[in-house]
Amino acid sequence: MKHSTPKATRHLNQNEGLIFEKSSAGKAAWKLPPLDVPEIDTAKLLGSAERKDLGAMPEVSEIEIIRHFTRLSTWNYAIDLGMYPLGSCTMKYNPRVNEAVARVEGIANGHPYQPEKISQGALRIMKTLSECLIEITGMDAITLQPAAGAHGEMTGLLMVRAYHESKGNARKKILIPDSAHGTNPATAAMVGYAVENLKSDSRGMVDIAALEAQMNQDVAALMLTNPNTLGVFEQDIHKIAEILHAKGGLLYMDGANMNALVGKVRPGDFGVDVMHLNLHKTFSTPHGGGGPGSGPVAIKKILEPFLPKPVVITHSDGTLGFDYNRPQSVGRVRAFYGNFGMFVRALAYIQANGPDGLRQTTEDAVLNANYIRKGLEGTYDLPYTTPTMHEVVFSDKLQAKKGVRTMDIAKRLIDYGFHPYTTAFPLIVPGALMIEPTESESKEEMDLFIDAMKSIAQEVEEDPQTVLDAPHSTRVSRLDETAAARKPVLRWKPD
Amino acid sequence: MRYLPKSPADREAMLKAIGLRSVDDLFAPIPSEYRLTRDLNIPRQMAESEIVDFFRQRSRENGDGYTSFLGAGAYFHYRPVIIDSLISRGEFLTAYTPYQAEISQGTLQSIFEFQTMICELTGMEVANASMYDGSTGAAEAVMMAVRLTGRRSVVVARNLHPEYREVLATYATHQGMPLSTVGFGDDGRINLTELEQAVNSDTACVLIQSPNFFGTLEDVDGIAEIAHKNGAMLVVSIAEAVSLGIIEPPRQADIIAMEAQSFGVPLGFGGPYCGVIATREKYVRQMPGRLVGQTFDKKGKRGFVLTLATREQHIRREKATSNICTNQALVALMVNIFMTVYGKVGLKELAKQNLAKTAYAVSQFGKHGKILFANSPRFNEFVVQTSEDPYAVNSRLLGHKIVGGFPLRKFYPELGNAALWCCTEMTTRSAIDTAAGLVAESERSVRSAKEEVEEVAR
Repeated sequence: MKHSTPKATRHLNQNEGLIFEKSSAGKAAWKLPPLDVPEIDTAKLLGSAERKDLGAMPEVSEIEIIRHFTRLSTWNYAIDLGMYPLGSCTMKYNPRVNEAVARVEGIANGHPYQPEKISQGALRIMKTLSECLIEITGMDAITLQPAAGAHGEMTGLLMVRAYHESKGNARKKILIPDSAHGTNPATAAMVGYAVENLKSDSRGMVDIAALEAQMNQDVAALMLTNPNTLGVFEQDIHKIAEILHAKGGLLYMDGANMNALVGKVRPGDFGVDVMHLNLHKTFSTPHGGGGPGSGPVAIKKILEPFLPKPVVITHSDGTLGFDYNRPQSVGRVRAFYGNFGMFVRALAYIQANGPDGLRQTTEDAVLNANYIRKGLEGTYDLPYTTPTMHEVVFSDKLQAKKGVRTMDIAKRLIDYGFHPYTTAFPLIVPGALMIEPTESESKEEMDLFIDAMKSIAQEVEEDPQTVLDAPHSTRVSRLDETAAARKPVLRWKPD
Repeated sequence: MRYLPKSPADREAMLKAIGLRSVDDLFAPIPSEYRLTRDLNIPRQMAESEIVDFFRQRSRENGDGYTSFLGAGAYFHYRPVIIDSLISRGEFLTAYTPYQAEISQGTLQSIFEFQTMICELTGMEVANASMYDGSTGAAEAVMMAVRLTGRRSVVVARNLHPEYREVLATYATHQGMPLSTVGFGDDGRINLTELEQAVNSDTACVLIQSPNFFGTLEDVDGIAEIAHKNGAMLVVSIAEAVSLGIIEPPRQADIIAMEAQSFGVPLGFGGPYCGVIATREKYVRQMPGRLVGQTFDKKGKRGFVLTLATREQHIRREKATSNICTNQALVALMVNIFMTVYGKVGLKELAKQNLAKTAYAVSQFGKHGKILFANSPRFNEFVVQTSEDPYAVNSRLLGHKIVGGFPLRKFYPELGNAALWCCTEMTTRSAIDTAAGLVAESERSVRSAKEEVEEVAR
């Protein structure tokens, strides 16, 4: 008989003020080596540009800094502590070897402008990662330059636009399904396109008839997330691609959910022309509290002339280099070459997995989502019964009858030791509970999660107030966000 | 696969619970003609030791062990050890964006402190939680000025980092924001007469960098006056954050777009870095990116939340201030810890050392070579003009394990054989002496070759 351990227990953690409240003159956490060149007269060198005072910058010792940030860290939930089922965010394990290899001296300290001759290591990493990602997506070429997913979307649409312009007509609009991420329409606007909404059908998929009706010579591209934000694979994907291509449009795939496909199916094979990847989702680079991300964009041959510059090339002598001579390029989207440190981590992840590991990873991610769906079906309303891939979307319809909404259930989940799922997204499901376990969860952890969700559903029936007042066990209770926005206090000020 | 926490028996049990016979059933929604029936053609699964070996090998091919005089928007400063100790804590490393405030107070409070310190250092009233980097931050700052002024054209300094200019050009192309460029004078600083002619009643903003791409300080007062009297905003880009320790921040600016890489972020071959936008309080609602604000919980306890989200894409969709979603939180945490370690006094002393090393290097290089813009105030970069092609000079320096300055011809053909050199607190006197000596040797050999030619001619 196995001993079963409950998911979480309350325990003490340390209080801590703002760092400025610990500061006092004369404390220091730094020491510079003695100056080995002559002292300077700053007034003479800088004149009126010399700065005299650094205001309220803190003065503290090293141990205080260690305790400060360590204490703050203990107030965070993290993947390292437990299941983090944020739908659409793919909170999977962040392997530590990734961190170790990113810190190897020559990799961490490489200067972006050092001569190519002594940049072969970095270039090789970029080349190898590019080749892997091209193979994984089934596309023809790639740029690693975009700094995050939304930045990748912008880069992709810039290439779409350049392509159409090269044909003599930039076209006017981008079709975006109503289930899409908010970044999609925001990106289209940045690239100078109008956004046209595309309705989903009763299966939660693109409404083919609507697409046919809306598709014309003004449409530059359709931005499609596949699997979409309901976790549903667009089964008519080939038809969607055909409809677009027949009228000269391109199919853009938001690759935020690529973790449902790796090793099982390749977007390049089902008609996608351009797509971005989120290395911080599918390829395990850490989210770090909200970044850094990395958003490579993979493309078909027809878009290759428009890639941002520079592009990594192989010289005739076999060494690698950058090609800046790209007359049709959309230009640069970021200084230097992108979030290189994330390339290192993503490549280490691919190496640790290999083809078999990546496939198993995808299978486990889809298995986990379906296991949760099965476990919670009946307890929570499932608005779309279409098969689930890597994430499942329930609604709060049953609980709303008792006045309890998705956000309340999410907050109550915190008391059970879990991070909440994604609330109120996608927008096509009112009161959505969007759950993505990823492959990183064991059966035991998911059983605890299912039990917790069922227990909350029961509380909603018996004692809804407990759920409405949640969380009960955190350092702070629900915070007044309205007050924060009405009269913003965005910095500390000395009294 | 060692990252996957399931036994074959677990998988069986789960499939059974779902009511499926095999894993393939899970993928039934994918039309069978597209399903991959082969292994991906990528490297085979590797042991951790093999992965470490692979990257060590790449490191050896990547300038490991060289002394570098490169700056140009990416600076080599010392990174206190505790930065990595602290950011490696899983609670920071493996947390998501702090949308669930009750269990994200660590990240939120640290961002609030970051915003505060950026305000102190830049002299601005509000700062956001970070942008991708200095280049995209500058482009976003310009778009912000366009929204605020309702004007569309933008005047850009030619001595702004050339790659920042390229990024801005990409962003501006499809947003109907015409760009014009103002040149620099013999002192390496913006030509104010030219600026005066370029700015008019259509100008949304003037975008400059100070210290500029050549390392010299701009006359921010003079530039601000020209911008403001025409109703335009002044956007100042700061690529070398350490300069703020000893140089007055551009307080006359309306928006500051900063690259904070110098504050504890590894060079990392160009990224990830940490952009930040800082501005006046009255403009905050047009500022892109995440913001953390202070508030209170039901019991009156102080806490922090993401705020003013109605500017952002997940609420406003195509009407958002920017499409930015992910930012650089973990990198901003490095910056935050760095600023905390050096603090009020340390940052000043650190900046002073940079200034001193650079002043010494200028004196040494100046003995035999020509320093351009020599009389302008500068921080830690300087331009050396050689008789020989700087690529040739650099190639010789490489033999001595020294990476020389950044040749400027690619972006500024009119500067000929000029290269941009940088010294930080990490640059030793002996490295400066060696590099200056090698440059002097190059000058001598060019000169003697010339004399020989002249002698033969005679």
